[in-house]
Amino acid sequence: MGRIIIPDHTHDHHIHTPDEDGVDRRGFLNCMAWAGAGMAWIAASGVVKSAPLPRFGQAADKRLASGDFVFAQISDSHIGFSKDANKDVVSTLQAAIGRVQALPVAPDFLIHTGDLTHLSKPEEFDTLQQVLIAGKVGQVFYVPGEHDVLADDGRQYLDRFGKGTKGHGWFSFDHKGVHFIGLVNVVDLKAGGLGNLGADQLEWLEGDVKHLSSSTPIVVFAHIPLWSVYPEWGWGTDDGAQALGYLKKFGSVTVLNGHIHQTMQKIEGHITFHTATSTAFPQPAPGAAPSPGPMTVPADKLRGLLGLTDVTFVKRSHALAIVDHDLA
Amino acid sequence: MSTIRTRFNVVAIIAAAVTITAVYGTSIHATQSKPPAKTVAIDIDNFKFGIVSLEAAIGTTVTWTNRDDVPHTVVSTTKLFKSPPLDTGEAFSYTFKEAGTFEYYCSLHPRMTGKIVVK
Repeated sequence: MGRIIIPDHTHDHHIHTPDEDGVDRRGFLNCMAWAGAGMAWIAASGVVKSAPLPRFGQAADKRLASGDFVFAQISDSHIGFSKDANKDVVSTLQAAIGRVQALPVAPDFLIHTGDLTHLSKPEEFDTLQQVLIAGKVGQVFYVPGEHDVLADDGRQYLDRFGKGTKGHGWFSFDHKGVHFIGLVNVVDLKAGGLGNLGADQLEWLEGDVKHLSSSTPIVVFAHIPLWSVYPEWGWGTDDGAQALGYLKKFGSVTVLNGHIHQTMQKIEGHITFHTATSTAFPQPAPGAAPSPGPMTVPADKLRGLLGLTDVTFVKRSHALAIVDHDLA
Repeated sequence: MSTIRTRFNVVAIIAAAVTITAVYGTSIHATQSKPPAKTVAIDIDNFKFGIVSLEAAIGTTVTWTNRDDVPHTVVSTTKLFKSPPLDTGEAFSYTFKEAGTFEYYCSLHPRMTGKIVVK
């Protein structure tokens, strides 16, 4: 059984009755039938309310309208990690790739939101790339996690994934009318601080979006959450608000993060924030344990706490539907 | 027991001690031995430095050992010292040769901070 979150526009400045704003929510629900056991979130704009997803059994309509597309997000694969929480992170990554291959609509590309490796070792990066190539998942866009930039300020990472990026690996691209922005907030971290984007990257970001029309849907991805999830555990970005300020004019902004190894979401005005689970190991909920370290669970529970996210862009409504899948 | 014999024994023992310690590379004055430099162990556990604020004498060697399941680093805010990434069980040592207050943090998890006050 899944859950769909449907934006409720009655709390907006613009008062809309359902469907008068051109968003076909009922039709969208039908299209979302294939979400199945996943958690489905619809991001258009405004305040969100939940609605139960009726059981449709087989996917009702897997086809997308012209201009729609799907992409997938994996995160925190931590290749090289081998402790109680998961002694075989390669196997769980392969299971996540298998889930990507089983999606009813093939994603146009993958995004990896960082912590590809556990210790930034060359053999760990090698393995990660080999698994993704073997999985035939097509193009992958990366942003680094703090585990990917150890010891060499990210040299290893940039040598492999830095082509076409600036600074510590930030970049943007357009895909079928959606503007994607990959940000790096894991370098030059200050003592006592959280994630950090830095002045250079912020300046680049401001210029990158300045001339885009406000109707351009924006997807931003970075490793550490750009919003304040739980500062006590470092789950936030010191200058994240400044970045989001440059995106205020846009009608649809989706922020995809990793780092916390659990799904969490928040909608604030026109911005939807969402974090993905890890493909390697879970971490505790904020404050539920003495520290945010790897959480060991019974073996038969592990895969239910790992997973990936797929996102469908629906052109007609400029809405992005976010579905989380576990590996159970 | 004769005093002269006792003195010879004492000198012999000290000479042996000097020889032994010289073999191990510690600099020792020819006729007396200094106490060994102080060492302090700090465990890194649950994303915290076990001793958050440590007072130490000049010449103290601090050894940090990571007990967590994730790597940590020990990085001075003034770039005085910087450990490699420490996996579980790995350690890093630094000897503080000058007085001062030395703040440090984990560059992976920068909310983890500590300081050594050397007098």
